[in-house]
Amino acid sequence: MLNRFMQSRLRGMVILALILIILPVFLSNPFHYELVIQMAIIAATVVGLNLLVGFAGQISLGHAGFFGLGAYFTGIATGTYGWSSVPALVVGAITVGIIAWVVGRPILRLKGHYLSMATLAVGFIIAIILNNERAITGGPDGMPVPALDLFGWELSTFGSYSLFGLEISGVQAWYILASVVLLLAVWFAQNLIESPIGRALRSVKGSEVAASVVGVDTAKYKSLVFVISAIYASVMGGLYAHFQGFITPAVASFEFSILFITMVVLGGMGSTFGVILGAVVLKLLPQVLADFQELETVMFGLILMLTMIFMPKGLLPTLVAVVSRRFGKKAGGEA
Amino acid sequence: MLAEFLQYLFTGITIGATYALIALGFTLIYNASHVINFAQGEFLMIGGMATVSLTAMGVPMILAVVLAIILAGILGIALQRLAIAPAKQADVVTLIIITIGASIFIRGIAQVVWGKEYHVMQNFSTSEPIEVFGAVLNSQSLWVLGIGAIMVVGLVLFFTKTLIGKAILATSMNKEAARLVGIRTQMVLMLAFMVSALLGSVAGIVVAPITFTSYDIGIILGLKGFVAAAIGGLGSGVGAVVGGLALGIVEAMAAGYISSDYKDAVAFSMILLVLFFMPRGLFGAKVVERV
Repeated sequence: MLNRFMQSRLRGMVILALILIILPVFLSNPFHYELVIQMAIIAATVVGLNLLVGFAGQISLGHAGFFGLGAYFTGIATGTYGWSSVPALVVGAITVGIIAWVVGRPILRLKGHYLSMATLAVGFIIAIILNNERAITGGPDGMPVPALDLFGWELSTFGSYSLFGLEISGVQAWYILASVVLLLAVWFAQNLIESPIGRALRSVKGSEVAASVVGVDTAKYKSLVFVISAIYASVMGGLYAHFQGFITPAVASFEFSILFITMVVLGGMGSTFGVILGAVVLKLLPQVLADFQELETVMFGLILMLTMIFMPKGLLPTLVAVVSRRFGKKAGGEA
Repeated sequence: MLAEFLQYLFTGITIGATYALIALGFTLIYNASHVINFAQGEFLMIGGMATVSLTAMGVPMILAVVLAIILAGILGIALQRLAIAPAKQADVVTLIIITIGASIFIRGIAQVVWGKEYHVMQNFSTSEPIEVFGAVLNSQSLWVLGIGAIMVVGLVLFFTKTLIGKAILATSMNKEAARLVGIRTQMVLMLAFMVSALLGSVAGIVVAPITFTSYDIGIILGLKGFVAAAIGGLGSGVGAVVGGLALGIVEAMAAGYISSDYKDAVAFSMILLVLFFMPRGLFGAKVVERV
């Protein structure tokens, strides 16, 4: 079955890797590269968010808060205090993980709309703090972030590097890094899903009461996945800060949180490759719609609504269902 | 001291009354369909913006207000018919995204029609401030409170005295049972969205002279209404009013005595605190989950 083919862990990874390897053929200028690198970083973030939303069935409307915290932690640690990037990313991830654990425990007792309200509030509070602590964060004007350095090797979008004798530009080097990071993010998520933790999470989504009756410590697993998804967001926020070279509190904004959750739902909740597709589509859409000029926002809202009304399961699961129905017999024969 | 306190209290009650009306709109739709309508704030925006632009075209104020409310009502019905009803079996999150899509769509249209700039609306009566014990009160505040009170009383009467109101209540309690006794639940859902839109647009119109109005004013006002509804407990009418007023007063006090930069943070911390101790808000119904 094509369905099984798409869901199989390794094949999905291979397809993604192939796409990432072939893609540069179609990227003709630094602007294209920048767009794809942003896509990869954001896709990795939503892969993490999907663990919470798609697998554990918990809503977060404030995930940009953790993304923003990660971005600012990295920006402040490397920019203001002169740390190098790797310890900044690691300590940032640990700090954000602890914060997520502390807020997560009480919040995750909430259900449905109350949970979305609480996560929204957490995201908002983080964004407001980043906006107002001007002395540390630069306030609404934002702050510059130094180039990424990996073990003393500086990776700037303006630099040029040689890889196995090949001359590559800074954005191309970043592209390779972002691709590797995305693949790692997917690999980790896929393994987590297939682990006992993943099974426990899915049981929480199916029915929390039933899960706790059969002995699943639902509170523990919900907190755990909340922390993991926050760490994803933090690390990706840090990388994003390095890549952009400049951050503003917009990275932690409600709009950004909504964008993340929309990518998950639009691409297909619970499908790792679906949410990557969601990230790609939602990053590309404004580029495509730019031709409509002032109608851009109208078109964006309309497309969002129509997709969700007619494909409530999300893009990829719907596409897979259509394709496997059409070629069902043939694919079934192969399997 | 007293004058200062009264000043903050008046400000808080005024904005709180607006939050209460928005929260009631959320409550109405939530009760009827269990949807949290993230496009609720857009009804306020439509009310304010349509009134401003109609009066600018020379339409008398009263007529402009009525037309704006009707426009919002039509929008409410359209939202239910065209966006919510077709997505019958959708998840909670999917429905949230649909209403967010709708709000982006409505905001986009408003931006094209009315532009991005802020619009000023005249006070309904005198623009002279009123002085009470040394506190200065914007005369529009009295309009907000008066009309807010009328709307709340009107809603109570609507739900307890009219057949349509009772039908909405019945549907919110048990949809299947309501259908069995002959209530057309689809009609009821449409009505709920319409009444909710009317409430929102009225709130948007009365508060516009105080806050000004622009195409994107619905985002933050809608969110505050959601916060108010959650503080009170989703689905509770009393909760929505209490939550709205409490939120408005706490916000105004925080802005006055602590820091106006952290005014919104106080609102969001307040909802977290309430939910930590009362996971279903102040007046939320205890729901037993069926497994």
